[in-house]
Amino acid sequence: MYKYDQYDQAMVDARVEEFRDQTRRRLAGEMNDDQFKPLRLKNGLYLQLHAYMLRVAIPYGTLNSRQLRKLAEIARKYDRGYGHFTTRQNLQYNWIKLEEAPDILAELATVEMHAIQTSGESIRNISADQYAGAAADEICDPRPWAELLRQATTFHPEFSYLPRKFKIAVISSPADRAALRWHDCALRIVRNDKGEEGFEVYAGGGMGRTPFIAYKIRDFCPASQIFSYIQAILRVWNHHARRDNIHKQRMKILVHDLGEEEFRRQVEEEFQHFLTLGTDFPQAEYDRIAAHFAPPPFEAGLADEIDRTDPDFAIWVDQQVIAHKAPGYAIANISLKPIGGIGGDITAEQMEVVADLAERYSFDDVRATHAQNLVLPHVRKVDLYAVWEALRDARLADANLDLVTDVIACPGLDYCTLANARSIPVAQKIQQRFADLDRQRDLGELKIKISGCINACGHHHAGHIGILGVDRKGTENYQLLLGGSGAEDTTQAKITGPGFDEDGVVDAVERAIECYRSHRTEGERFLDTYRRVGFDAFKEAIYG
Amino acid sequence: MAEALRFRNDDPIEEPAVSLEAFLEQDSASAVRIEAGDDPRRLIPHLSRVKLVEIGIPRFRDGRCFTSARILREAGYEGEIRAEGDVLVDLVFFMRRCGFDSFAPQAGLNRADVDAALSRYPHVYQHAADGAVPIWKLRHG
Repeated sequence: MYKYDQYDQAMVDARVEEFRDQTRRRLAGEMNDDQFKPLRLKNGLYLQLHAYMLRVAIPYGTLNSRQLRKLAEIARKYDRGYGHFTTRQNLQYNWIKLEEAPDILAELATVEMHAIQTSGESIRNISADQYAGAAADEICDPRPWAELLRQATTFHPEFSYLPRKFKIAVISSPADRAALRWHDCALRIVRNDKGEEGFEVYAGGGMGRTPFIAYKIRDFCPASQIFSYIQAILRVWNHHARRDNIHKQRMKILVHDLGEEEFRRQVEEEFQHFLTLGTDFPQAEYDRIAAHFAPPPFEAGLADEIDRTDPDFAIWVDQQVIAHKAPGYAIANISLKPIGGIGGDITAEQMEVVADLAERYSFDDVRATHAQNLVLPHVRKVDLYAVWEALRDARLADANLDLVTDVIACPGLDYCTLANARSIPVAQKIQQRFADLDRQRDLGELKIKISGCINACGHHHAGHIGILGVDRKGTENYQLLLGGSGAEDTTQAKITGPGFDEDGVVDAVERAIECYRSHRTEGERFLDTYRRVGFDAFKEAIYG
Repeated sequence: MAEALRFRNDDPIEEPAVSLEAFLEQDSASAVRIEAGDDPRRLIPHLSRVKLVEIGIPRFRDGRCFTSARILREAGYEGEIRAEGDVLVDLVFFMRRCGFDSFAPQAGLNRADVDAALSRYPHVYQHAADGAVPIWKLRHG
């Protein structure tokens, strides 16, 4: 993985000192919170219901064991002994004291981590395919480009006070495991007819109260020019976007208002201009970064068989283990969705277990996923049993990847000032309703996503089944949506009808699932059946 | 108004800045004020007679000024670009990088704080309008 040099370290260290000074000025009353807010947000520090929340960047979702152990140490020392993985591959601490935040950033800097641009109206931490460098279907490892763009977009002087946040994702596979087209700017690495690497570029996606799926703005941008192209997109948006209504300032709204063609035309014009400025990083810098992501020394001649004698292990393998590009290796997914737990939460002790496993069995490499789980990307198949045993002992061996209990949920009203309703209890009740593993496996892939308000941090627009918590006359009410997808077949879920109370929405989910069971044909997923049978049949089943 | 900060060696422009519309309607003005919603490209054909562009910052969170200043510098403009309005010390570093070279903040700016903000970061990651050498160039010579 990428290793900081003296320059990267100096930049992060300077940021720590800058934030220490800003915090001092705030605590001394030299700044009010209105002035301090955008500054602390650029360091990932939110004020939540009960305390400050600190969002730590995990660039493109990649961590090593040293970093994970530091995150565990911070959880113990400054928080309540746990952390929470988010839908953008980051980690949040929920119980932070403002006066300690600079010290936490200083601790992070010792392991080449930071919280730069993890919130606020800036270019956010860049997400990527969690299987990068391991997936059998990738063209190349997308992370060198993600790292290059991380540097290019860090403290960008023109684009640090944007109209709203700007999220970038990078993948290089036909399969989309990163909810690509739900980003403001989505990049898929492709090869053209001449075999040259470049980017398919999508723009104007986003969830929130006005969801849009990003449209393809360019079929092929030469790889060496991608920073110019992104700057062109940003400049068109920054110049045009309204500043009078925070709910209308995301780029997707501008794309919609200008129209896709006109937005593209302006971006192309600006792109040609940027190409004359010489701002793109040279090939030598890409090569330097890419060298950090060279494949680990995979052993040749390993056994490709997995001993499935232990039935519980065999179930875990079937659900959690994915094909790796190197023979004899596998990708092992770690569920952070135990039945009745809080999705994405992980204790300091569990972090240390995962760190140990990564160090011993996965070339010191751990990934965070947008579905709030973890991945050991490079495990020898012969080691899978030992990995599973250690995970089981740490209560991390649930076998529910992409099943009905692998629910994405935002923190909701239990933590968040923006929320209208709680998300976590609804997720837990759904998990308990479908806790039986045979039933889960019979239902197959089924992605439930829950948000506690229209800001959609729980990705409800992209759920096969989405749940949106709203406030209805002072009580929590839950709307049910169907048919969304964050995969390569991206679609936006549709609201079924009137909302439910907490128990009612769990019943409604079950009715939708029973409708699927009664209509499905061999091998059909919930989403396939929904698309084939149509909205009305499901609505009828839900509302009768 | 608080004391202005200037990072230029030439004499300050005394002429009051006129609105972009007024500037375009007359040939004699050499100081122009751009509001946050104005398109700075409309000035480009006339840059040879411009000595001062004042860019209004209605709220410090309104980042359009960064693009406006940089567009003017990229068009070759070498005269003064002044930030007028809600200028906070935490913006000054990015503003300098985008080509602003004078500041007329509504509230005062402490010169020591400004100097600290401008010298905080030892390097920059990317090209902008200030000629600073990006880290990638330092790495590869």
